Amino acid sequence: MIKTFVSGIVLGVAAVIAALYFIPLVDQYREVSIIAVAPNGGNAENFHVNIPMDRIMVGDRRSKQPLPPGLEWPNYRILDETRTELFKIRNSRNAVVGVASRLAARSDAFGDVIEWVLHLPARGTMFVTLNPEPAGGGRTGAIRAGTREFLGMVGSMSERWVADTSGAADAGEGRIHLNTTFMARASGRIQGNAP
Amino acid sequence: MRYLIALVAGMAAGGALAAGCIYFNPFAAHSPDAPPADGPRQQMTLSYSAVADHAIVYTNAGEMRRQPYPEKVLQLWEPPIRQTEIMTTIMRDESNAPAGIGIKFSSRSEETRVLSGKALIDSAWYVFLPARGTLLIAQTENYWDYLREIVVPAHWDSANAWKGDWRGTITSGPGESGTVRVYGGSGAFEGLESDALETLSARAYSADIGPVAMQGLLTIKIPDTDSPAADNELAALGTD
Repeated sequence: MIKTFVSGIVLGVAAVIAALYFIPLVDQYREVSIIAVAPNGGNAENFHVNIPMDRIMVGDRRSKQPLPPGLEWPNYRILDETRTELFKIRNSRNAVVGVASRLAARSDAFGDVIEWVLHLPARGTMFVTLNPEPAGGGRTGAIRAGTREFLGMVGSMSERWVADTSGAADAGEGRIHLNTTFMARASGRIQGNAP
Repeated sequence: MRYLIALVAGMAAGGALAAGCIYFNPFAAHSPDAPPADGPRQQMTLSYSAVADHAIVYTNAGEMRRQPYPEKVLQLWEPPIRQTEIMTTIMRDESNAPAGIGIKFSSRSEETRVLSGKALIDSAWYVFLPARGTLLIAQTENYWDYLREIVVPAHWDSANAWKGDWRGTITSGPGESGTVRVYGGSGAFEGLESDALETLSARAYSADIGPVAMQGLLTIKIPDTDSPAADNELAALGTD
């Protein structure tokens, strides 16, 4: 019987180690990425935000209706000219795939700033700086940095507000369209066989 | 029947033994040591409260110990973002004065490996400092030491609480020396690529509601005072 007990110990140790090795503790749910090839190279991927359904936070001292209800936006002068928003972002199939922040601010030190951070948990994060001046009904800007799947990517993003005109009862006010185009940064090294 | 009971008892003992070895594993990955309080002059430090209801907004799927704040904030219940948290908070400078806003996105990492002591989170800080500029701080955090030294003892405690004085670095990459990658966006930080470390200082934790007294600290290398000495000091912080 002692041999059986000792065998059980070995089995128990092996079972715990095997379970921890083979069963993933974290398994992020993935929506299928909807990426198109851009005409002049690179990948194009479009996201959007349904307003007001996907808006998590609006932080603005001048806002009369704080979001979420109960929000106490800090009463600091340094944030007087700052509007910070958080959203859920959706892919072209209208499925939520990540979260994002948008900051619009005016700084005495460096002027106007409009920046987005797009965080897609299963893929990575993109940091985008937009030109504060609108052009053609929207704004465009450059991808400053990316992590994981977006690491080393260069490209651009545009934001465009499209109001809902459907008149449907469950329709929101409209959508913020975020259109990204990105490609891998050239390494500057020629890949090939050594002479 | 006796043999079956012996086998099951042995398996239970073996399972407990394996769990104990993993928990007390001295070879588990450890985060780099915390930076000294009087760090190099080439560093900028930003602190924040890591307690959920000290944040301006904190939200998650609503299934975690830390509850969303304010109560009516939209929760992240959709499957792709269910393992994600967002915190918006005030960032304070070295003199504890408000310096700007920080937004932290945190998602559980699929690289988590309990066998090697890696309880990983992929996170990204977006920091806006009105007097200086904007930064993206991207990192992998390892909460293994935090879980082992704070969370598990809190669950073992009869009052479901932990009190003490714990300080540790949670950053474990992606920089080569275990540091964070920092990318500048606007202002004085435009074009910046640098390194940073994030540390936590905990004094109280509740098994029911999460951190009760906990401060976070971001230590960021400043580019315009770059020097070999600063590089060496930061590299030293990122290694055991």
